[in-house]
Amino acid sequence: MIGVLQFPGSCDERDAVAAASRVGDARLVWHEETDLSGLDGVIVPGGFSYGDYLRAGAIARFAPAMESVARFAAEGGPVLGICNGFQVLCEAGLLPGALLPNAELRFVCRQVELVVEDFSGPFAAEIAAGERLSIPIKHMSGRYFAPDDELDRLEAAGQVAFSYAEDWNPNGSARDIAGVTNAEGNVLGLMPHPEHAVDPLTGSDDGLALFRAVARETVTA
Amino acid sequence: MKAKVLIRPKEGILDPQGKAVERSLPALGFEGIHGVRIGRLVELEVDDPAQLDSLCEKLLANPLIEDYEIVLGEASSNGSRPA
Repeated sequence: MIGVLQFPGSCDERDAVAAASRVGDARLVWHEETDLSGLDGVIVPGGFSYGDYLRAGAIARFAPAMESVARFAAEGGPVLGICNGFQVLCEAGLLPGALLPNAELRFVCRQVELVVEDFSGPFAAEIAAGERLSIPIKHMSGRYFAPDDELDRLEAAGQVAFSYAEDWNPNGSARDIAGVTNAEGNVLGLMPHPEHAVDPLTGSDDGLALFRAVARETVTA
Repeated sequence: MKAKVLIRPKEGILDPQGKAVERSLPALGFEGIHGVRIGRLVELEVDDPAQLDSLCEKLLANPLIEDYEIVLGEASSNGSRPA
């Protein structure tokens, strides 16, 4: 069973449940729930949790469910953060770096091309390094930032999971980074929305691989 | 006790808000203004100011991308002119 967190202000949690349901079982997890037993994977979805007041993701980090997600991640459970979920995981210290307002200060909503980097962990299982994915983005604060020495370290450690393809960087992200993992590889965050790319009818089903990766864990767990 | 927390983007980090404001200034006739940076001001009342550092580190600022400065009391300028 895959759990999709739902904060006040989340808006992509139902799409994430629908996407995960194509490859397994999924349900919503209200932000006040703390019992994650029975879940094999957790998705922190997109949206504007708690209005994104102060900084995107800053308040959601203190939600009761997030303490449980931190424990779940520490025990090796797969956690996928999408867009606002990525921001929340960075604010919570479960992922390195931070997301800053887009360099052009505009909300950007468009299909982008991603390159899969040579990364490791459960999420890498279903996607080959070097593959190109077409997945939409829609965000205001997606400019990935970490200090240069930290970026060197992340690249060397294989923690950069996805980059925007050449000329596709939509927000000024450092080194075109679109998604990163934690050191263990079981926590992944990315700004693009794989849950909006699960059916050729809407342009691409390249996002399904990430949900298959979580579902696969639920079989082997 | 009243306190103010000033939060600024760290030096070296692109601040697109500041840049946008800076670029708009010549059109309004303001010349010779550079280095505009935009941050946040949090005003609060606190019983024990010793908590403020921890509050800033954990919530009000993200130390990876922002610097903060705590100003205690009401002595600091609020922009009004002296009588």
